[in-house]
Amino acid sequence: MTAAPDNPTAGPSDAVVSENLCRHYPMGETLIRAVDGVSFRIAAGEFTALLGSSGSGKSSLLNLIAGLDRPTSGAVIVHGRNLAQLSREELAQHRLHTVGMVFQSFNLIPSMTLLENVELPLRFAEVDRNKRDVLARQALERVGLALRAAHRPSELSGGEQQRAALARALINQPKLLLADEPTGNLDSRNGAEIMNLIREFNEGLGMTVILVTHERTLAERYAKRLIFLADGKLTGDQGVTGQPAAEVTEQRTGAQR
Amino acid sequence: MKPYDLSELALRNLRESVLRNSLTTAGISVGVASLVAMLSLGIGLQQLAARRLQKSGLFDTVVVSSRRDMRGFNRDEEHTGPAPAESPALNETARQQIEKIPHVHEAYPDIRFITELRYQEKPHLGMVAGLPFSAKSNDAFDGMQGTFFSSDDAPEAILQKSFAAELLGRQGEPDDNTSVAELAKPLLGQELVMRYAQRTAAPESDRGKGAETMDDALAAAAYSVVSRVQTLRIVGVSDLDPDSMRGTARARVFIPLTLAENLHIMQASDMRDSTPSPTGQPTYATVGVRVDSPKYVPAVEEQVKKLGFNAFSIVDATRSVRQFFAVLDLFLGIFGSLALAVASIGIVNTLVMAILERRREIGIMKAIGASDGDVKKLFFAEAGVMGIFGGAVGVMLGWLIGRVINLGTNVYLKRQHFPPEQIWYVPWWLVGGAIVFALIVSLISGLYPAARAARLDPVQALRYE
Repeated sequence: MTAAPDNPTAGPSDAVVSENLCRHYPMGETLIRAVDGVSFRIAAGEFTALLGSSGSGKSSLLNLIAGLDRPTSGAVIVHGRNLAQLSREELAQHRLHTVGMVFQSFNLIPSMTLLENVELPLRFAEVDRNKRDVLARQALERVGLALRAAHRPSELSGGEQQRAALARALINQPKLLLADEPTGNLDSRNGAEIMNLIREFNEGLGMTVILVTHERTLAERYAKRLIFLADGKLTGDQGVTGQPAAEVTEQRTGAQR
Repeated sequence: MKPYDLSELALRNLRESVLRNSLTTAGISVGVASLVAMLSLGIGLQQLAARRLQKSGLFDTVVVSSRRDMRGFNRDEEHTGPAPAESPALNETARQQIEKIPHVHEAYPDIRFITELRYQEKPHLGMVAGLPFSAKSNDAFDGMQGTFFSSDDAPEAILQKSFAAELLGRQGEPDDNTSVAELAKPLLGQELVMRYAQRTAAPESDRGKGAETMDDALAAAAYSVVSRVQTLRIVGVSDLDPDSMRGTARARVFIPLTLAENLHIMQASDMRDSTPSPTGQPTYATVGVRVDSPKYVPAVEEQVKKLGFNAFSIVDATRSVRQFFAVLDLFLGIFGSLALAVASIGIVNTLVMAILERRREIGIMKAIGASDGDVKKLFFAEAGVMGIFGGAVGVMLGWLIGRVINLGTNVYLKRQHFPPEQIWYVPWWLVGGAIVFALIVSLISGLYPAARAARLDPVQALRYE
C-alpha cells in the first residue's frame, strides 16, 4: 500500500510527520486527489491550523492523521507509528488512545446523556465502571457542564454540545487533539469559548492541536502555525508572527514542481 | 468492550426503537412458542404411551421361551437360531444354565395357566401366574392395596384390578375411573377357590431302570393328571398391570411361585415336551430372567439366544414405539422451527434497517475508538438479547398454548367418557433448549448485519446525515 520509506525520519519531538502523503479515490470516471503528496512535520505541543477552502483536502488530511482513513501512498507517522502500516484493530487503538477528535457537527450520540457520551470511549477502553463515572464527571466539570451530565444532547445549545464533545475527546488523555471546523456551527461567542478551551488544553496540558478551518482570522488568533492547502497540495506553511517556518521554503519548492 | 457494558449498550439501543424491536422479538416468540407447543405435544403423547410400559417395572426382565413353541415373540426369531425340533427344552437344567449368564440376577420358572376361580360360589376364568418373592420390590406393585405375600409358599393371591372388578360384578366399567382402594375393601382377606390340574409322576416301579430302549424312554416320561382344589386368601389388589408385557397371556391373579411349583400344576408345555424329553424333569412354558440393570438386557438376551432359546424383553416391545415417536417429534420439530426460521428473517431485516438508521452513530463510535470487533459484538449482542427475550416469552406462550390444548382435549375426552389424560408435557430441557435455540438462531441471523456494520467506513458514515 505504501511506497514511502518505511523508516520514519521522525524524531522524538515530532508528534506528526507526513511524508509525500497521498489519498486518492475514484469517483465515477475521475480520480479525486483529495490529498496529493503532502509532506510536513508537527512538533509535540504545537498548535497548528490547516487552512484551505472547502474541497482543499484539509479534512481528508485530518482523517488520515486520525487513523479514520488510510493513505493511498506515502507515510503518516504519529508519535513514531506509521499509520499506513497499522491493522484495522491497531488503527482503532490509535483513535482510542492517541488522538481525540471534535467535529463541526459535534457528533454526540443523540440517544445517550452527556455523561454516557463522554464515558463511551472509556467503555471501548474497558475501563472499570466506577472509575469511568469519576473520569467522565471530571471531564464534564472541566468544560463547565457538570450540571448537565444527565441531559441529552438535543436539550443543549450548540456551544454546550461542542463542549461535551471536547470532554469526550479528552477523556482518554490523548496526545493529539484533532479539531475539524469546531466552531463552524457556532456563533462567535460560543466559538470563542470553544477555542479558548482548546487553547487551554494546548497550553495547560501540553497537548498537540491540529485545527482544520477555513477562517484565517480564527486560525491566526489561536494557532502558532498555519499550513495552507489547495487541491490536495500544500501551498504554504508559516508561523503566525509572519515569519515562515524553517522548512517552509523546501516545502514550497516541492509543491511548485 | 466488557460483556456487561456490551449488553447494557445493546439493551439501550433496542429501547431506542422499541416498537420495531418488540415486533421482531414477538416474531421470535411466536416461532419459539410454536416449536415448544409442537414438541411438548409430541413428548406428552410419547409419555402417555410409555407410561404404562414404564410403570410395569419390567425393564430389567427378559422372558425366555423354548423355540419348541413354534412361535417366537417376533418374526425374525423364526428364521434365526436352531430349528425348533433340534432346540433344547426349557427345563430345570436350562433354567440353571441361564442363571449362570453374567449379570443375571435370577431366572425363575414362569408358571401360568388358565383355570377356574370361585369367589362366593360364582366361577370365574382367569390366567394365574406364579410370582417370585423378589417381585416384592418391583415398581409394578406401586400403589397396591393390601400386602405382598407373607411367604414364598403361602396360599395367598394378589389380584389385578380388572379381575377384582370382575369378582365384584363391576365388569365393563372403565378401569381408571374406579379406585383400587374401593375395589380392595370388600375383597381383602376373602377366600378364592382355585381349581387346577395336578401333574403326578407315574409310580417309580412303572419306569424302566435305564432308558435302554425307546419304549423305556417313553415310559419314563409317564405321568397322570389329577384335578385338585386350592383355597387362596386374597391379600392384595394391584393398581397397575404387572404382567402387561405378556399381552394376551398376561395374568390377572398372582400366587407365590414356590406354592405354584409345589402344586405341580399341569401346563400346556408338559404335553408338548413329554415325547422328546424323557428326563422326567418338568418343563416351563417360559422362564423369567431378572437382570441386574436394564442396561444389561440386550447382552443377556444375546446370551440366551446363543443357548438356543427365544428371548424377549420390554426393550424390544418399546423399540418400535420409540422409533415412531422419534419420527413424530422430528416432524413436529420441523414444523415448529418453520415459524422460527421466518422470525430469523425478521431479525436480519431489523438489524439491517438499524445499520442504515444508525450509520452515523457507528461512524461516531469508530471515530472515538471503537474497533470493528466492538461494533460487530454490539450488533451481535442486540440480536442475542432479542433472541433471549423472544425465547423466554416464546416458552411461556408455548406453555400456555399447550395448556389450552390439554384443557380442550380433556373437555373432549370427558364428553366421550374417557378419563382425563396429560397429552402435553414441557420438560425443563425443552424450556432451556428452546431459549438456547432461539439465541443461536438470533446470533446466526445477526452474523451478516454485524459483519456489515463492522465493515462500515467511518469517514463515509460520518458524512452521512
